[in-house]
Amino acid sequence: MIDVVLYLAGGMLAAAALLLLYRVVVGPSLVDRIIASDVLLTTLIIVVGAEMAINEHTRTISLMVVLAVIGIFGSVSVARFVQRAPSTSASGGEAEL
Amino acid sequence: MIVELLRASTSFVDSEPVVSVLDAIAAVLLLLAAFLTLAAAVGLIRFPDALSRLHAATKPQILGVILVVLALALSVRSWTVLLLLIPVVVFQLLTAPISAHMVGRAGYRTGDYEPETLTADELAPDVAAAGRSDLPGGGFGDEPDSAKGQQGGS
Repeated sequence: MIDVVLYLAGGMLAAAALLLLYRVVVGPSLVDRIIASDVLLTTLIIVVGAEMAINEHTRTISLMVVLAVIGIFGSVSVARFVQRAPSTSASGGEAEL
Repeated sequence: MIVELLRASTSFVDSEPVVSVLDAIAAVLLLLAAFLTLAAAVGLIRFPDALSRLHAATKPQILGVILVVLALALSVRSWTVLLLLIPVVVFQLLTAPISAHMVGRAGYRTGDYEPETLTADELAPDVAAAGRSDLPGGGFGDEPDSAKGQQGGS
């Protein structure tokens, strides 16, 4: 039974990661990339936890804790400095990403 | 008392039928978490703009992590692992709303949404009243502040 869970959950998580990677690459806007990479990090937490639950070990549990703690920094620090795209921005002056 | 409990056994349960039931529950929770993540990824692909995608994105960040942590706790059945798993959920609960708020703010300020998909835009009158013509939201709907916003924003 655990093999079925491994293949089903692993397949769904791999498909989700591929779709999120597509969204990170294609965009179209920077905010879309931030959201997709944030969900990709959450997917990584879920993958690490699911792998531990299926194989019944606890070696990578510190990785889960660290990812949950520092996962906020990437999206918040990038989102703080997002400006409008240069083509739609009427007034310059601030750094534009 | 807790110390004695920890010394007595590092595992919640030992009897065989209970263990198999807990494993089955853990398997179901894992499948739910994986399905939730896949649904969020499909939502990110199919939704039209950034704020709609943010709605789909925030689902697995809380519920998916809680489900997988529950599955891990039921699968490993160790008190020390449970003590390490609680901070994972707590930090996700603390940080996911902050990051979603910041990303939503960035999505609003960059105009990365379709105004016709909104049913209400409560920030628009404030943006108009502040005279920030460089931000989107001015002139949304038939709000009384829109005339003032155009005056102040020119």
